[in-house]
Amino acid sequence: MMKERLKKIMENASAQINETDSLEKLNEIKVALLGKKGELTEVLKGMKDVAPEERPQVGQIVNETRQAIEAMLENARTELSKKKRELQMKAEVIDVTLPAKKNNVGHRHPNTIALEEVERIFVGMGYEVVEGPEVEYDYYNFEALNIPANHPAKDEQDTFYINDKILLRTQTSPVQVRQMEKGHLPIRMIAPGRVFRADEVDATHSPSFHQIEGMVIDKNITFADLKGTLQEFAKQLFGEDTKVKFRPHHFPFTEPSAEMDVTCFKCGGKGCRFCKGEGWIEILGCGMVHPKVLRMSGIDPEEYSGFAFGVGLERIALLKYEIDDMRLLYENDVRFLKQF
Amino acid sequence: MNTSLNWIKAYVPGLECTDQEYMDAMTLSGTKVEGYEKLDADLDKIVVGQIMSVERHPDADKLVICQVNVGTETIQIVTGAPNVVEGMKVPVVLDGGRVAGGHDGSKTEGGIKIKKGKLRGVESCGMMCSIEELGSSKDFYPDAPENGLYVMPEYAVVGSDAVEALGLRDTVFEYEVTNNRVDCFSILGIAREAAATFRKDFVPPVIKKSGNSDDVNNYVTVDVQAADLCPRYTARLVKNIKIAPSPEWMQRRLAASGIRPINNIVDITNYVMEEYGQPMHAYDFDTIAGSKIIVRRAGEGEEFVTLDGQTRKLDPSVLMICDAEKSIGIAGIMGGENSKITDDVKTMLFEAACFDGTNIRLSAKKIGMRTEASGKFEKGLDPNLAAEAIDRACQLIEELGAGEVVGGIVDVYPQKKAEKRIKFEPDKINKLLGINISAEEMLGYLEKIELVYDKASNELVIPSFRQDLECGADIAEEVARFYGYDNIPTSLPTGEATTGKLSFKLRVEAVARDIAEFCGFSQGMTYSFESPKVFDKLLIPQDSPLRNTIVISNPLGEDFSIMRTTPLNGMLTSLATNYNRRNKDVKLYELGNIYIPKALPLTELPDERMQFTLGFYGDGDFFSMKGVVEEFLEKVGMNNKPEYDPKAGKPYLHPGRQANIIYDGEVIGYLGEVHPDVLDNYSIGDKAYIAVIDMPHIVEKASFDRKYEEIAKFPAVTRDISMVMEKSVLVGTIEDIIEKRGGKLVESYKLFDIYEGAQIQSGYKSVAYSISFRAKDRTLEDKDINPIMEKILKDLNNLGIELRS
Repeated sequence: MMKERLKKIMENASAQINETDSLEKLNEIKVALLGKKGELTEVLKGMKDVAPEERPQVGQIVNETRQAIEAMLENARTELSKKKRELQMKAEVIDVTLPAKKNNVGHRHPNTIALEEVERIFVGMGYEVVEGPEVEYDYYNFEALNIPANHPAKDEQDTFYINDKILLRTQTSPVQVRQMEKGHLPIRMIAPGRVFRADEVDATHSPSFHQIEGMVIDKNITFADLKGTLQEFAKQLFGEDTKVKFRPHHFPFTEPSAEMDVTCFKCGGKGCRFCKGEGWIEILGCGMVHPKVLRMSGIDPEEYSGFAFGVGLERIALLKYEIDDMRLLYENDVRFLKQF
Repeated sequence: MNTSLNWIKAYVPGLECTDQEYMDAMTLSGTKVEGYEKLDADLDKIVVGQIMSVERHPDADKLVICQVNVGTETIQIVTGAPNVVEGMKVPVVLDGGRVAGGHDGSKTEGGIKIKKGKLRGVESCGMMCSIEELGSSKDFYPDAPENGLYVMPEYAVVGSDAVEALGLRDTVFEYEVTNNRVDCFSILGIAREAAATFRKDFVPPVIKKSGNSDDVNNYVTVDVQAADLCPRYTARLVKNIKIAPSPEWMQRRLAASGIRPINNIVDITNYVMEEYGQPMHAYDFDTIAGSKIIVRRAGEGEEFVTLDGQTRKLDPSVLMICDAEKSIGIAGIMGGENSKITDDVKTMLFEAACFDGTNIRLSAKKIGMRTEASGKFEKGLDPNLAAEAIDRACQLIEELGAGEVVGGIVDVYPQKKAEKRIKFEPDKINKLLGINISAEEMLGYLEKIELVYDKASNELVIPSFRQDLECGADIAEEVARFYGYDNIPTSLPTGEATTGKLSFKLRVEAVARDIAEFCGFSQGMTYSFESPKVFDKLLIPQDSPLRNTIVISNPLGEDFSIMRTTPLNGMLTSLATNYNRRNKDVKLYELGNIYIPKALPLTELPDERMQFTLGFYGDGDFFSMKGVVEEFLEKVGMNNKPEYDPKAGKPYLHPGRQANIIYDGEVIGYLGEVHPDVLDNYSIGDKAYIAVIDMPHIVEKASFDRKYEEIAKFPAVTRDISMVMEKSVLVGTIEDIIEKRGGKLVESYKLFDIYEGAQIQSGYKSVAYSISFRAKDRTLEDKDINPIMEKILKDLNNLGIELRS
């Protein structure tokens, strides 16, 4: 009797659970079966009418039935939850091609990007980045660099003067002198900064631009060290395949002096429009620090030697990013800046 | 400097190389070649032809039919040239050949191909050429007709290469000579370098004694009164001048250097100037009063007519050449009209002098006249060159039969240039260059450029034309040049290791860039100099210290004449550029110096203060700018609460929307909305906001040290207060009270509502704060918090701030 009733409950429950299509209904079924007034609970309440000797057996069956129903309910619940989530996700499909919500991060000036590249390379080689004043004494800008009074380079047409002793530096080289005067040897430094020359503004000239000066002073520094260092610099800046060429040149503050060309990074040296068919692009001036310059800065050229170089930052930026008009660098049009 | 390779080869007979090889090798040994032009690049199959007969064209009035002997055959050519004459020799381009351009002087890239064809029905098998079609002009071939075929000389060989006969089988090289190498501003200087580069013999012209048995000193005396400006003055005399064209070889060499042949006398002067680099001047001796040359400074305000007919105003800084009565030339720059050589000249005085280079440069600039001669003198010529050059010129006068050279020379050279010697130290040279070559090898290179080794003293005797060589390092460069920079190995410096690093200032600037960019600002760069008018544009009062600027004495114009004392103009100009170009929502920042003089006029260097300037228009307001400022301060470790004083007093900012930024009691910058009048002045049609942070203050206060603080374990307790107050009360005052009275237990506070309007009395506002309390060691209870709240409320109350129920 009891067994049959239980069996029926079981069959009934199984049918109901299988038919259920929502978690809410499933809950109703659970209450209807297992709740305080549920069918199975009713059966349990009827236990008192069962013969005492049968009670353990019947009790066991009741428990088994309950467990079975609970398991069925649990399975159904898992199944339905899964289905519900799937449905929900189906409804939540988005058009991933809709526009991104950006933070609109700003952009760095191409000069700065080029400068940071150069700084990274030299800091990696143990160079300190130092600075010097932009409004500078004539002495540091010229005289201490072996450019005596009346040298053509000092001509008014090149240099902006404040008065006869103070000027706007025409090069970052005075930082060399200031660094040497501090007297801490050895020196490995680069000095980036703004420089000024009285050039009218056009596509390739600006009265204000930037240079990066570099200098190493130590015992036994050779021209070979200069070549090796700058070759490494060029490879890191323009790519491992870059070749360099050193041509004799003249600067008053270095001897021997050179200009360095690099293989055109567009055509790799074959010659193209970019390098005007030459395959090489002039990139910097350099040389061994002139013994007079060392001596003027209080360093004994018999004991110490060194090399120095100067590179135009805008030149690197223009070349590297293929910018064809220098004026763009100082207009600050965001449509230009956003490209970097 | 442009020169013909043939001219160089005349002094380096063994030189054999392609144009490209020459260019590369010379550049690598230090004589930089900028480029070259092959004169015969577009000339092909052009021979000397002779016109055998001329007939009229049956169908064209302006054309004639010529039978032209071109050596191997006689061909028929139809031409429209006006100057055809039987027997004339002309350049003829054969069928399939090329010419450089049209007879109007226009050049065609790659040349024009000439083919057999018919002209008005008559066959023409080639073309007879004008000088323009050969790529040159009457300027360089003065004997060419105004319009018509170039007539070859009688001695030209029919059938031979006309390009060769015209001297066009040549290449003109353009050099960039550095100004320390005065000697290389001459053919001989470059030839010497070429000989050393290619290891060939250098064979300069041999100067023979010239002149008759008479002595120039019997005719003229020279008195150098300004010896400081004229270390040497030489003069020679030529009688019975016969003006005539100079020979073809001389014309061709001059033409290749870009110099127009004129006549024998002028050409010789120019030829020697090119060859030796020594400018000379010729005076008509009959115009010289008193048979006397005086070299002196010009009188104050002296006026002088130069040979170009211009009147020049002079002063005593300018050196003059004078006779017994008058000035006859501006030394080293240009001769006078009163003494110039004319076609009727009979006797001529040649001058070759050495003038002070700096003085010539400054004079030429002052007078506003830079000539070929002054360009050479200003580099500082070797005084020993003068006599050599004048003798060479006289030799050419004799060789060309241009006149009778009087014997002897007037030579005023009181202070002979001392011989220079430099110690020969091969070990040091090897050490400096990082190579290891023998002393013999070094001497091999050095002797090639005429440095003579004196074994006894172990010194190198420096030739006087190499004024640039002064010390051992100079000698090392000479060795390196000819050993080859390419052959020097590469290495990296050894020795004591050094630490690569950025200065603290540069690190702080890097953070500024990062933060600005994260906040949407792009980096701009503007000039350090600007117009003094910017102060008016920015409404800055007349007595403002910002107007005490450093003034550039020689600016590019008023717009670039003062060093900026504020970064605002640069920023506003950049924003205006963007606004004008219709760019939306523009945010820019700049890191650049302002220049604050310590005293004016400037006696010491100014204070260069790096300014971190932010500016934008479009999306955003005062508080978004304030947010950027605070993000930055936090990132550089300035974690105390900045204060904002609305009484910043910036005339260029909106009076009710500006504030000084105060940190630890010091003003470190300011921010605000740009004053509408200023926006108008810059034509910015939108509200714009600016923040300027003075970086020296930041560098002083910033720190990258960080210490971990334990993350709170106990919960926070929050209390909200809602207040009503007069509109003028700054919420900053409330925050000050919360901080001051709240003490250590206040973890944070946040303004969550601010309201003016309907439910609030007019002139009042409602402000609501949420205050969060927390202790490190326990959960706070009412008894901890209530007394604090009471204190806060009491203080608020004292300020007339009422709690809202």
